[in-house]
Amino acid sequence: MPKDSGIGASPKRREDIRFLTGLGQYTDDISLTGETHAVFARSQVANGIIKSIDTSAAENMPGVLAVFTGDDFVDVGGNPAGWLINSRDGEPMKEPKRPVLAHGKVRHVGDAYAAVIAETAEQARDAAEAIEADIDEQPAVVDMKSALAGGALVHDEIGTNQCFDWGWIEDNRAATDAAIKSAPHVTTLELVNNRLVPNAMEPRASTGVFDPGTGDYTLYTTSQNPHLTRLLICAFVLGIPENKLRVVAPDVGGGFGSKIYHYGEEALVLSAAKKLGRPVRWTASRSESFLTDAHGRDHVTKIEIACEKDGTFLAFRTETMANVGAYLSNFSTATPTFLHGTLMAGNYTVPTLYVNVKAVFTNTAPVDAYRGAGRPEATYSLERAIDKCAQELGMDPLALRRKNFIKPDQFPYAAAAGLEYDTGNYHALVDKLEELADLSGFEARRAATKATGKLRGIGVNTYIEACGIAPSNLVGVLGSRVGLYDAATVRVNATGNISVMVGAHSHGQGHETAFPQVVADMLGIDEGSIDIVHGDTSKIPFGMGTYGSRSLAVCGSAVVRATEKIINKAKKIAAHMMEASEQDVEFSEGQFSIAGTDKSVGFGDVALKAYIPHNFPIEDIEPGLEETAFYDPANFTYPAGAYACEVEVDPDTGKVTIDRFTAVDDFGNVINPMIVTGQVHGGLAQGIGQALLENCTYDENGQILSASFMDYAMPRASDLPLYTVDHSCQTPCTHNPLGVKGCGEAGAIGSPPAVVNAVINALHSGGHTDVTHIDMPVSPARVWAAMNS
Amino acid sequence: MTKLSMTVNGKPVSGNVEGRTLLVDFLRQDLHLTGTHVGCDTSQCGACTVHVNGVAVKSCTMLAAEADGADVATIEGQANADGSLNVIQQAFQDHHGLQCGFCTPGMVMATADLLKNNPTPNEADVRHHLDGNICRCTGYHNIVKAVLAASGQDVDAVAAE
Repeated sequence: MPKDSGIGASPKRREDIRFLTGLGQYTDDISLTGETHAVFARSQVANGIIKSIDTSAAENMPGVLAVFTGDDFVDVGGNPAGWLINSRDGEPMKEPKRPVLAHGKVRHVGDAYAAVIAETAEQARDAAEAIEADIDEQPAVVDMKSALAGGALVHDEIGTNQCFDWGWIEDNRAATDAAIKSAPHVTTLELVNNRLVPNAMEPRASTGVFDPGTGDYTLYTTSQNPHLTRLLICAFVLGIPENKLRVVAPDVGGGFGSKIYHYGEEALVLSAAKKLGRPVRWTASRSESFLTDAHGRDHVTKIEIACEKDGTFLAFRTETMANVGAYLSNFSTATPTFLHGTLMAGNYTVPTLYVNVKAVFTNTAPVDAYRGAGRPEATYSLERAIDKCAQELGMDPLALRRKNFIKPDQFPYAAAAGLEYDTGNYHALVDKLEELADLSGFEARRAATKATGKLRGIGVNTYIEACGIAPSNLVGVLGSRVGLYDAATVRVNATGNISVMVGAHSHGQGHETAFPQVVADMLGIDEGSIDIVHGDTSKIPFGMGTYGSRSLAVCGSAVVRATEKIINKAKKIAAHMMEASEQDVEFSEGQFSIAGTDKSVGFGDVALKAYIPHNFPIEDIEPGLEETAFYDPANFTYPAGAYACEVEVDPDTGKVTIDRFTAVDDFGNVINPMIVTGQVHGGLAQGIGQALLENCTYDENGQILSASFMDYAMPRASDLPLYTVDHSCQTPCTHNPLGVKGCGEAGAIGSPPAVVNAVINALHSGGHTDVTHIDMPVSPARVWAAMNS
Repeated sequence: MTKLSMTVNGKPVSGNVEGRTLLVDFLRQDLHLTGTHVGCDTSQCGACTVHVNGVAVKSCTMLAAEADGADVATIEGQANADGSLNVIQQAFQDHHGLQCGFCTPGMVMATADLLKNNPTPNEADVRHHLDGNICRCTGYHNIVKAVLAASGQDVDAVAAE
């Protein structure tokens, strides 16, 4: 019998009511008295020297209040990278300044060099078009290989387009090279992990407010992590004292990574609000989102798998070029390194591996973490190469994987890429996949498809990810400039209802529903009397926000710790109320009682006593019932899964249609199965979108060719199948109190190789056995070309 | 400036707008009906879908002045008279057909349009009809289920989890 409340239940989401009735409050829905509007003037060339900017005509246009250029921000700081990566030779990475507005040079199409503030958005837009910028176009740096070969530079002052040349694990390099050199079999695959645009449906928006009476600033912004945004603005960019800036991230319409980062527009609206003494609003058009949001992926990789003739893995080696775009976004240096290289062992007992990543500046939008962040790139390389290896060895692809899996009794397991996986059971995942995907019935389905003139293929793969980001001590050693704990405050009000202030931010994940399930279970009270407060630095203690499938594993653990403190204090109060020793107080189902007696008091009575402390041991216990906890995880968490995709390929057109997709995941314990399933669905859509449809491309001049929904193929309802999703194979995390692992990114990490493996399998069944790889997106044109080359 | 008046969610409204003002901007900025969202600038995403004279329209692709005299319905007017969710809204909540909520008003309005013209759509009908409404969160699976449920059909029979 499924539970209807608490951990493991699937109550309907309470936040849905406002979203379904048009009462959500997203940043652009907030109107303030006296507000003004900002519009940015953006570069139309990819690389250019700013010779002059004439703003005089714009300044005299109707309604215009101010015009800003890069000159106005030369004395403030740059937007920093949050992670220091050292190259193999020990040299620190190159960190060119990322200014609020471009100064001296523009470095990608869309790079903002001026901003107009006017009474209306239309007036600001008209005036922005009247700014006359004399920009001397320079040759653009677009292709990574050419960028590293010399020639034009993105940043003249650093003298190279290479940000860093990173090796992992350097001590394993010689052993890996030797293993590959002497291996009985080596599979080699070169592949591209295509550049993607996150495209949260809500475009970025920011409103800056300054109160001249108090000197306080407020920023309403589309952020996944308001405290991190505050820290970056205050400590690095504008120098505002942290206690003078309140950052509010209200309802946020999706993020997928792109709203982790601080962007120059946020600093601009705050600076302009101070100058004008009026609120300043800015909302991106979708075109601006394509030009300026941090993009994702964009790796070019060569991977080698060395193995015995029987398929036993001996070594993995990868060489990757990772595009970081024109400037370093906040997580951009961590994504291709410690969120990628550390996952290259996959689910396997490979004895050694080596990863080399060269990060490359180009005249394109910055590239940073996008749903999965490094882990999809690792999974795709490895799981595509394993499929190719299986074909070369004449082995079943699942059998090859099973042969090399870490076995259930080997956990905790120190994997060759440097992480220690706490729990997992990959054999169970594959067993479940075989059952749910009906793999034994595949040949019959293939025959039926063949009768229609099409080709049916099946692709399988597994994945491992490192989530619950992250243990501060470990990431500090690896170069992180921040800690990655989280925080929560549980405030029990006098009348017994509860506000829980959390550092995680919900922008689709359903925290307002799921987090109360945890607290309600612990306190034995109705979850309807518990509310979550998030997204406002003036209301919550602190928080590192939501990304990396961390909300429940890290912030949820902080909620548990704070609730434990509440119970401990409440026990003291209850002991006094029942005139008993604290050690004798038991707490269950919302009642405090003394074993062996009929004495008991309810949680609500204790809460009231805490706030009306008459006859209260005031010398021993403080009044009130509110506790805060910070939680720093001991390790990453390690969700894993096994995916199967079945496709039909039309040999006449090359069109690929997904007929079935089965995802079996181990997320450890599950708090709300309905929400978890929904998270997997969304991840699958983004992974399938990457595999079949999405591609962000620039031409050789650095002009973006896919800057609207008419040019960038977002997955639509008719592109996708119904999914089969299962998360019943659970090996709970051993180091957080909920035993949870995180589910937000899994679908996007695990699905691309399954799709491409399926397409290759289909082509082989049609006799095209010479086709060993097709780069994503596996579009009709690419498939047709591969079949007819 | 152009003077206009129309009926929005059953109430008469009027305003003065520039000729270039889009219907969605009139709804959001002048009437403060911010439930209708803007997700793109090429009339592709459908987040701004409303009904004009009973027909689903992307309100970013219509000038406010063109709606002079029209009967406009937005997400704010969809709930039942007692404030409870209507059948479509309730189906979206029951089947977890929304996550961040940004595309949701457009999805609800597009669904109402579909079911008005095709009361018992099959899965392919639903997917085809919603092709002009982009959702980045749900992967559409639960939206499809919600629409089928709103039509009164047995969802589990056509769309098992």
